[in-house]
Amino acid sequence: MDPLMPPPVRRISLEHPPTVVAPDADAPENAGASSGNGTARSAAPAPNAVERMRCDAVTIAYAAKIAVNKVDLEIRQGEVLGLIGPSGCGKTTLLRSLNRLTELTPSAARGGRITLDGEDLDAIEVTALRKRVSMVFQQPNPFPMSVFDNVAYALREGASRRPRKPQLAEPVERALRRAGLWDEVKDNLDHPALRLSGGQQQRLCIARSLAAQPEVLLMDEPCSALDPVSTTTIERLILELREQIAVVIVTHNLQQAQRVADRVAFMYLGELVEQGTSEQIFHAPQAQRTRDYVGGAFG
Amino acid sequence: MAAATAPAPPPPGVRTRARDSAASWPLADRVGLACCWAAGLALALVAAAIVIYMAWKGISQLSPSLLVQHPTGDVDQSKAGGFLDPIEGTLLLTLIGIALAVPIGVATALWLVEYGRPAPLARAVESSVEIIAGAPSVVLALFGLTVFSNTFFSFMSFRPTGADLAYGRSFLIAGIVMSLIALPLVVGATREALLQVPNHVREASLALGKTKAATIRRVLLPTIRPGIATGTTLGMGRIVGDTAIVILLLGNTLLTEPQEGLPGFGLLRGTGSTLTSYVYGNSPAGEGNAPEKAYAAAFVLMVIVIALNALATRLARGRDGGPAWIR
Repeated sequence: MDPLMPPPVRRISLEHPPTVVAPDADAPENAGASSGNGTARSAAPAPNAVERMRCDAVTIAYAAKIAVNKVDLEIRQGEVLGLIGPSGCGKTTLLRSLNRLTELTPSAARGGRITLDGEDLDAIEVTALRKRVSMVFQQPNPFPMSVFDNVAYALREGASRRPRKPQLAEPVERALRRAGLWDEVKDNLDHPALRLSGGQQQRLCIARSLAAQPEVLLMDEPCSALDPVSTTTIERLILELREQIAVVIVTHNLQQAQRVADRVAFMYLGELVEQGTSEQIFHAPQAQRTRDYVGGAFG
Repeated sequence: MAAATAPAPPPPGVRTRARDSAASWPLADRVGLACCWAAGLALALVAAAIVIYMAWKGISQLSPSLLVQHPTGDVDQSKAGGFLDPIEGTLLLTLIGIALAVPIGVATALWLVEYGRPAPLARAVESSVEIIAGAPSVVLALFGLTVFSNTFFSFMSFRPTGADLAYGRSFLIAGIVMSLIALPLVVGATREALLQVPNHVREASLALGKTKAATIRRVLLPTIRPGIATGTTLGMGRIVGDTAIVILLLGNTLLTEPQEGLPGFGLLRGTGSTLTSYVYGNSPAGEGNAPEKAYAAAFVLMVIVIALNALATRLARGRDGGPAWIR
């Protein structure tokens, strides 16, 4: 194997009938974990969705403050999962725990179990895990290097600056194309990435994440710092990506969740109050708190 | 959003800001304001006086030949030669000091900001840097002389025949101690630059499956380069301007006097002088008593230090005001 390329990514062939996991199948074990708020969890998965990640009774605390409380959640390839809820409800913390970024906070502690393709997250070497579960942040944050190097950064081993362009040109182009940025930057690959506009920077960050061929893409309010046109571009991109990778997007823009998410999970004060299809959550919410939040009674 | 609701821009030439006048202030406030003005202006006046006086005295004594002639120890000022050797000494000493201070300083700042644990150790390191920053250079010089006079360090200078001590004075030794006075400035500037990098930038690199070491090398170091450059330039200014260490640790010989040894290393083991020690020596307070030469050398020294400070300010401002996410 070429030592300079990332390890091969396990690809799920969509020709084979995927193992669809209905959330009701594990309802008994979920019942205790959801702290008995009595909400129905009947999310009908998209027909070709495949479970990739699963959270079992995940609790995350910063010192004594519990940020995420016993959350059960599945993340499936083939659909976009939207995490919604008011600020400080734990949705970003939950998202960060999915590639163990929470470990960077010394005071954070996690309970419960998160699996990626059935494998416990804690058993996967952390850099290998983060290549499979990548993340896009709220603020566009390209690195202070050229557009090309930003995307190639994920492909190169460690801190290496090599191999030079020939071997990398093709995967870099592919990633930039997937992020819908290629046509805008193809002539300026050597330009500093920080000269791009905010929307372009964010798409570059998405391209950078895609370059490592992740299986799950986590997005933490990726459009909140962007203008409406860039937002539309990125939302369209998210919809294109969902067939190939599992996408989780945190947003507190409910309209955005409605536009891009197939399945929505509503969190409030660290608890997962309700999850279901976008249709269910926005038009027929079961829990009172969801109804109030979606209806605009608080937020 | 704000732009959408903002009123149309006013026609040019029309005052758009409300008039803000101190005339309506209470008397005490007006006096206070006047004091602030006076303090600022007085300081600017002092600075201008120094520059103008030194320029006037210096330029009238300066001639290009002074920059390329070796100095000679003559009482007659017209025969005292130029100050080529002090200029060489200044350059060499600065080079040694900076070459030692920058890697150590950057490494220290990286450890403090990016690791910094256990916390008590980090606090101890911070305090140590502050102590070095606060110590007068003559104290550091005396300490250096004591340490490097040890025969163990005689390879850095030489061992006078029959003595049980090393000479303890050389470019290498002075450079090592000089690096100590530049170090706190490098640590401080690097640290500030690192603290300005938002955490999500580090996390973005880690989230791509990179190690912390790779993140530091490929993301953080390029980002903080202007900060390192600022610290380096400020440190150079300190080294160029220091006198005590030169007088105590460089031997303060008028000419650069290499010791025997490998060509380059012999020079490092040798003694010499710098512009500061030359100015001191030739001033009315020193032994040379060639004030005209002192003024000319002092002017050159001042130009070097002002230029370095201007460079530092410019580097700190950055070319494009830094990456967009540094705000």
